[in-house]
Amino acid sequence: MIGTGKIKQYANVLDKPLGKGKQEVSLSAFAFLFSELVQYNQTQVDNISELETRLEDAGYAVGARVLELLCHRDKGNRRETRLLGILSFVHSTVWKVLFGKVADSLEKGTEHEDEYMISEKELLVNRFISIPKDMGTFHCGAFVAGIVKGVLENAGFPAVVTAHFVPVEGQQRPRTTILIKFAEEVLRREARLG
Amino acid sequence: MTTAACFIIASRNDIPIYEAEVGSAAKREDAAQLPQFILQAALDIVQDLAWTTSAMILKTIDKFNDLVVSVYVTDDRFMLLHDSRSDDGIKSFFQEVHELYIKSLLNPLYLPGSRITSSHFNTKVGALARKYL
Repeated sequence: MIGTGKIKQYANVLDKPLGKGKQEVSLSAFAFLFSELVQYNQTQVDNISELETRLEDAGYAVGARVLELLCHRDKGNRRETRLLGILSFVHSTVWKVLFGKVADSLEKGTEHEDEYMISEKELLVNRFISIPKDMGTFHCGAFVAGIVKGVLENAGFPAVVTAHFVPVEGQQRPRTTILIKFAEEVLRREARLG
Repeated sequence: MTTAACFIIASRNDIPIYEAEVGSAAKREDAAQLPQFILQAALDIVQDLAWTTSAMILKTIDKFNDLVVSVYVTDDRFMLLHDSRSDDGIKSFFQEVHELYIKSLLNPLYLPGSRITSSHFNTKVGALARKYL
């Protein structure tokens, strides 16, 4: 066969070793794929919130798998049981694996106890996307919000996660903020665990 | 070496997504469902214990006659009912099954929380059980 080289062919995917895999994927390949994903969903829905929901669901599937894979690969099979632990896990490890760098900042919301925010100057997924005026508040970062939601929910911290633009003076493009609002039971459990 | 064991993977909502009888014990007529019953009863204990520790393996959490229940917690619960004594064997078994589970989870067409029906998965779990238990 052409190009067989030294790669062993496995009969079944369950036999392949998990390993580290390829660390990098081409950015343009991802940008094309993501733009096609957004365009396809645009033809399937009637309004913006449904579009955001679909992107979120796509991200949720990714998040669930990323959590398991990272727990196994990087953390030597230790789980996170505390709120701050899982948040810093998302903020550093997950971001590093997905986007190549840690997120810009992680803040606790001042108005409500259960709100946290991860900020990023420019989300990687948004880099090649421009939002037309008539789509208003639509944010492709809904995909990333879905990833975060997938990670949190599958770790046992159900939350509502959304992505917003936050205008910053002195900068042309607004900053992106991912807002995480945890469910009641998470706060109660945190209080119980001390 | 143990002769009988029952292995169940239960999802986050306590719905079993995979069950296997491993080992060579003959099924008792009157208590055919007993292993499943014991494991279901142990789920309550797992829920409390899961949040007290950040390690994944929870060792032995319950006893029933001469059988013990060991649990390995990720987002789903891997539960094993057995009468073996070797802790290390159990730990390695859990870790290998966890890897298998991650590989089948990575399949984008697999909905997390649905039953695992692959016969290859079955074979591999059986082989691992014979090796470690």
